[in-house]
Amino acid sequence: MLPHLNFAESNIDFLGKRKITIAISLILILASIAMLATRGLNFGIDFTGGTLVEVGYPEAVELDPIRETLAAGGFAGAQVQTFGTSRDVLIRLPPSEDDDDPAMLSNRVLNALQDGGPQDPDLRRVEFVGPAVGEELREQGGLAMIYALAGILIYVAVRFEWRFSIGSVLALVHDVLITLGIFSLLQLEFDLGVLAAVLAVIGYSLNDTIVVYDRIRENFRVLRKQGTEQVMNNAVNKTLARTIVTSATTLLVLFSLAFLGGAALQNFSIALIIGVIVGTYSSIFIAATAALMLGVDRQVLLPVKKEGAEEDQTP
Amino acid sequence: MRNSYPAWLYALIVVVVLGAGLYAAPNLFPEDPSVQIGNPMTGEIDENIRDLMGTILGAQGVTPKQVEEQDDGQILLRFETTDEQSAAAEILRNALDDNHTVALNLAPATPNWLRAINGQPMALGLDLRGGVHFLMEVDLEAVIGTAMERYANELRGRMRDERLSFDTIERSSSDLTVMFGNEANYEAAESWLTREYRGELEWDVRGSGDSIRMVATLDDDHLTELRRQALQQNISTLRSRVDELGVAEPIIAQQGENRIVVQLPGVQDTARAKEVLGATATLEFRLVSESGDPMEAAESGRAPSGTRLYRERDGTPVLLQRQVMLTGDYITDASSGIAQDTGGPAVFINLDGQGARIFSRVTSDNVGRLMASVFIETTTETVEEDGEQVLRTSRSEEVINVARINEPLGRRFQISGLDSTREARNLALLLRAGALAAPMSIVEERTVGPSLGQENIDRGMQSVVIGFIAVMIFMILYYRVFGLIANVALALNLIFIVSVLSMLQATLTLPGIAGIVLTVGMAVDANVLIFERIREEIRNGLSPQAAISSGYDRAFTTIADANVTTLIAALVLFLFGTGPIKGFAITLSIGIIASMFTAIIVTRAIVNLTYGRQRRLTRLAI
Repeated sequence: MLPHLNFAESNIDFLGKRKITIAISLILILASIAMLATRGLNFGIDFTGGTLVEVGYPEAVELDPIRETLAAGGFAGAQVQTFGTSRDVLIRLPPSEDDDDPAMLSNRVLNALQDGGPQDPDLRRVEFVGPAVGEELREQGGLAMIYALAGILIYVAVRFEWRFSIGSVLALVHDVLITLGIFSLLQLEFDLGVLAAVLAVIGYSLNDTIVVYDRIRENFRVLRKQGTEQVMNNAVNKTLARTIVTSATTLLVLFSLAFLGGAALQNFSIALIIGVIVGTYSSIFIAATAALMLGVDRQVLLPVKKEGAEEDQTP
Repeated sequence: MRNSYPAWLYALIVVVVLGAGLYAAPNLFPEDPSVQIGNPMTGEIDENIRDLMGTILGAQGVTPKQVEEQDDGQILLRFETTDEQSAAAEILRNALDDNHTVALNLAPATPNWLRAINGQPMALGLDLRGGVHFLMEVDLEAVIGTAMERYANELRGRMRDERLSFDTIERSSSDLTVMFGNEANYEAAESWLTREYRGELEWDVRGSGDSIRMVATLDDDHLTELRRQALQQNISTLRSRVDELGVAEPIIAQQGENRIVVQLPGVQDTARAKEVLGATATLEFRLVSESGDPMEAAESGRAPSGTRLYRERDGTPVLLQRQVMLTGDYITDASSGIAQDTGGPAVFINLDGQGARIFSRVTSDNVGRLMASVFIETTTETVEEDGEQVLRTSRSEEVINVARINEPLGRRFQISGLDSTREARNLALLLRAGALAAPMSIVEERTVGPSLGQENIDRGMQSVVIGFIAVMIFMILYYRVFGLIANVALALNLIFIVSVLSMLQATLTLPGIAGIVLTVGMAVDANVLIFERIREEIRNGLSPQAAISSGYDRAFTTIADANVTTLIAALVLFLFGTGPIKGFAITLSIGIIASMFTAIIVTRAIVNLTYGRQRRLTRLAI
């Protein structure tokens, strides 16, 4: 049996150290923004448009002969790399301006490889995205992110209070920016699947933040004698075991996905793993701090009832 | 204190769980590799053909394990192995004529009793079963040009019939202009034109005196209607072309204003699929002009009036009459074969009644003259114009054959002069399936080969299973008996997802599997919240029974709030996402909703049954 995580008696002063945690987060966010501004994201063809051909060879192949075959076939700008195993080869072609029939490009590539390549390959996958479609997918992705944030902002404002709403969105932006920053740093490919993962990170990180906020709200009712900072600290401590256990189970399945799910799901799982780790950090160190700094206190959550109403309430 | 649910709630839980199990069950039966035979022309398979199939397959030693007639009249032959399946398909393709389609399919082997209650296995996405996904964009602006051409032709004829004089009628890609030559002609025609074409054309008067002219543009509502019709016709044309290709369970649907999604599961030869889907080829028959010199016209670039300059395949210029004898619209059937006279590839064409009447009249009037078959192919490409990506349509017209009309032609005749049998076959297919009302181009393609599809299923399933087991072990080690109970809920959650996906016939994709994996991780969250709360209540000094009750109650609002916010994110993903994102959003949403039921109500029921009745419960294995 595993030892229990017991933070019931612990009273770690998370909020007292907020200068340090905020500094860490600010540095990470600024670094991420700088990274995104200078190196940018390595967008996949979903967003840039272009053609991608994946072929499978019966035995491991050298990439150079394939590159030569493609160069000889007149496919300028073809990027060749292995994918997953040394028998799988991925060929990327940038969107071409003067091609009469870009949709047929993949067929011509395959023909060239079958005629002139080192071995006879099998077609495993083709993705062709026209430039206009790529642009739309980029726009839709951005919109989806904004609408998700707006929907959450409204729900939290209705269920809690607007300061919580801003706090949870701040935590989300923090998580998403750092995840994107790491993708930019490592230059991992950012495709539709990764976008879905980033949006799932929004859902996950929010889940975590809401659990903490819920406890803060409850604590204000129960711990009547304590100050705001103490109440919040207590909430983070009380939910700490749950935050850690849930992140652990989620990470267990995500690692299973990353290692066993095949190359197609690799970047998707990496995005989620980064997001879950950053999301766990933010719900412990940032969510409550943000609420505190935005001015959440007992009055905000439990407004003093009007005089007439108060008479009924007295025990 | 005791913890118990009313009896009806236990009963409801049992019913819901059994129901979910029942509808998840069809997924346990493996699929049969099968071959589907259809006849798009008649919709039915002849009794003789059926016997013939049995004999041919029997002779080759490839016997299907089961033969079924489907609701749509197609015949389904099930086989034991994929080798037998592909052998049989090869044999049947060679044995059956052009009218029959032979498609490979994976037919679910759902037992009849499950089918009787509408039980079906989940539909697998193209990334899991292999196949092609095309997104095609229709160039709806071309509809205007086509309409203007039609109106120009119609006006020339009708105005002559009405004895309304005019100089010329010219058309551009966006409007048409009637030149009157003098004001008297204009005054005579003006009211007739506006009256007859109300709701279709908008007229505008320009110039005066002998340059007076009326310019027509399409009425806005009429244009909207024309565009709608063009898109519908393209969809139905695509449908018949796909039928010709022989694809089991294709999906062809409109997406947005001017796009069409085509999904062809199991198609291997994507090159042919692209050629056939995107091509807009048709035929036109015109008389060769007897006046004018084609060489001279080719040099000056000006064709004598009433004629147009064309080129044959070898580049020889030829002058044809402007008036079309017959368009490809009247063709009812076309098949490819070998020309009787030349021995080269040919297309045999059948016309409908009206087409046959028109054709026999114009050919009998012109016996002894030369007639040209014009092959028209429209292609579209994306070009950059002022920084915007726009579709540009180009039309190529070639004379493939010039022949003397020896006798009046009727319902059935042949066209030769094609380059190869492949070209003859494609032309026949395109003529059979009808023309596209507006040109289209492929703007997105996603093809997954069958080997990759199987690999995706295997790896996806493997990661689900391993992740699942890892979480279960962790839960037992950490929460002991309660962990075990949470694991029951987790397993049920998985069954719920599978059964809801099966019932909705939603498509399971690779990102969908990722969604399931993620749900497994997140579904235990509700139980973690509850169990941590119970532990806390026990530490606060509550009795075990009271701790259970208070733990479930207090955790509930937290779980609800946390899950609703995640659902909002999933819903947005569903609404805005395409393809992979949508699949992920569907399984994630189903998983979240199912987890609310399994993690809260089902675990509570089990906890109640296990501990609820023990009056002297002193400690919990949590």
